[in-house]
Amino acid sequence: VKTWFRENITVLLAVTVLVCFSLWAKNYINDYQYKILADVGIAIIAAVSLNLINGITGQFSLGHAGFMAVGAYTAAAISVFYIKPHLGETGLWAGLALIGGLLAGGTAAALAGLIVGVPTLRLRGDYLAIATLGFGEIIRIVLQNMQVVGGPLGMFGIPVMVDLLWVSLWVVVCVVIIFRLVHSVKGRAFPAIREDEFASAAIGINTTRYKVMAFTIGSFFAGIAGGLFAHSATGYISPGQFDFLKSVEIVVMVVLGGLGSITGSIIAATVLTLLPEWLRGFSEYRMVVYSALLIIVMLTSPQGLMGMKECRIPWRRKAGEAPRS
Amino acid sequence: VWTKARFSSLTCNHCELRAKITQLDTLQEFLQIFVQGLKLGSIYALIALGYTMVYGVLKLINFAHGEVFMLGGMLSIYYANWLGFDKHPSWLALVAILVLAMVSCGLIGGLIERVAYRPLRDAPRLSLLITAIGVSLLIQNLCQLPMVFGPTPKSFPMLIENKPLVSIGNLNFSTIELLVLALSFLLMVTLHLVVNHSRLGLAMRAVSFNHQTAGLMGIHVNRVVAFTFVLGSALAGAAGVLVGLSYPSMDPMIGLPYGIKAFVAAVLGGIGNIPGALLGGLLLGQAETVVASKISSMYKDAVAFLILILVLLVKPGGLMGRRVIEKV
Repeated sequence: VKTWFRENITVLLAVTVLVCFSLWAKNYINDYQYKILADVGIAIIAAVSLNLINGITGQFSLGHAGFMAVGAYTAAAISVFYIKPHLGETGLWAGLALIGGLLAGGTAAALAGLIVGVPTLRLRGDYLAIATLGFGEIIRIVLQNMQVVGGPLGMFGIPVMVDLLWVSLWVVVCVVIIFRLVHSVKGRAFPAIREDEFASAAIGINTTRYKVMAFTIGSFFAGIAGGLFAHSATGYISPGQFDFLKSVEIVVMVVLGGLGSITGSIIAATVLTLLPEWLRGFSEYRMVVYSALLIIVMLTSPQGLMGMKECRIPWRRKAGEAPRS
Repeated sequence: VWTKARFSSLTCNHCELRAKITQLDTLQEFLQIFVQGLKLGSIYALIALGYTMVYGVLKLINFAHGEVFMLGGMLSIYYANWLGFDKHPSWLALVAILVLAMVSCGLIGGLIERVAYRPLRDAPRLSLLITAIGVSLLIQNLCQLPMVFGPTPKSFPMLIENKPLVSIGNLNFSTIELLVLALSFLLMVTLHLVVNHSRLGLAMRAVSFNHQTAGLMGIHVNRVVAFTFVLGSALAGAAGVLVGLSYPSMDPMIGLPYGIKAFVAAVLGGIGNIPGALLGGLLLGQAETVVASKISSMYKDAVAFLILILVLLVKPGGLMGRRVIEKV
């Protein structure tokens, strides 16, 4: 128990802090700020999961918003057609069903990722970028033509059941799973593929399998992020919210934070979600700033904010264990 | 009895006539779709040439190419207004605007290469790709600012009178269609001559084989790459004018769909291969027009991506490209 406790102290601390903060925030900050904080959490999940694909495994995907859309629509459809009429919007059962709905959304997105990933991940970097862009757009076009979920108008009346507590717990789940995965023995294959695909294949790593795995897991959490997004704040989603620019927004977060750094993605997602809110007056310049930022980062310091390093909490090393990465 | 027989033969005649008319209608419709597809396809081919040439020399998907195309269209609206051509359509106006658009797009293309891509010549290809996406988004969003072009669509002036040249029933073949086909043909022939029968073209082909060796042979690699960008961007500028004439509404967002589809055309034909870009463009134009008119215009945009994915799966080198084997 003691070792377990020491190993997971960061996680436990994060959970405690986030739970306390969420409970405090619910009563002490206004709705607008509350919504922004939830958005930050969703952006973190999206960015960290994309980082697994783009940064850690080095497969440049431009269709992350498409997978978010799959998750969002699946979870929203379950809520609207099943949870809302049968279980209501509050209470234990509705909450449990929502967890199921989110997982179903994630699974649907993961399946979509698998279908996309198996054929396209044999392609080299730049082709992959275009192919994923294409898939993201196809998903959006198909959703626009599906009348069951509202077509181009979007889906209304999704029960608003997700609050900050939900989002923050999912953030912890996502970050912990991806972090543990990347730092596990098998998981070292992901950065190996990024560094040199031929060399990793030569030492016996099944590169296609690991690439597809990264893609599927990344898509799963994108689906979760989409599901959370659908159930937070407005209770409304439309295909237009998951367009190419949304994908690019997530890519900017990952690139700015550092391709390969999970903590970098978290910081960048937080900053890039909060920044436009402070600069509301210049909202039309938002994408201009984003794209300029992307170019400047690439020209001056292509490794981004954190490079491939992670922010570590210093006391872990003092506890007398060898660094795990 | 007599009337009955007469009547039945009459109806029978009528039936035959009806069948003939529908046949004629189908033929006309087919030709109409074919002409439209040819027009759209040659525009895609013009843009695709820029993608394919840049890919040939730099192995880079120049995402900003679609935006250069859009600038060609948007700028020529302003040129036409400044020069007063929008009120007096003439061939002179058309040629002047075309030259202006091509020159300015060529300059913009060269500038993009100089500012954004040249500093990254030795960087990993992923950084180059991200920069290209960044440049594309930057141009797109700058142009949407109210002080530049603004986000609302602008109407493209009629630079020449659009007269129907051939018109049978529903089938129309007008000046603009002729112009689009003739001009893209002319530009492609010129490009072919430049690439295959000039010293600079020889240098371009050498650079696309191997940068370093070309450099050792005394070729100014940077200059050749810049020239490639200028040439490709000038073609995109011409395509911008042609699109403006054919579908007279332009907005700063138009670069993305056209750019992506032209890229698909380039991949379909075999990226890096100039005749391939032509073939891919024409095929994609046909496919898209057929789907838009026969199935649903909503799925028009999905066709290109579907083709792209199929090509990448079945024949990643494209129809006319060669499969490149990657070595360590």
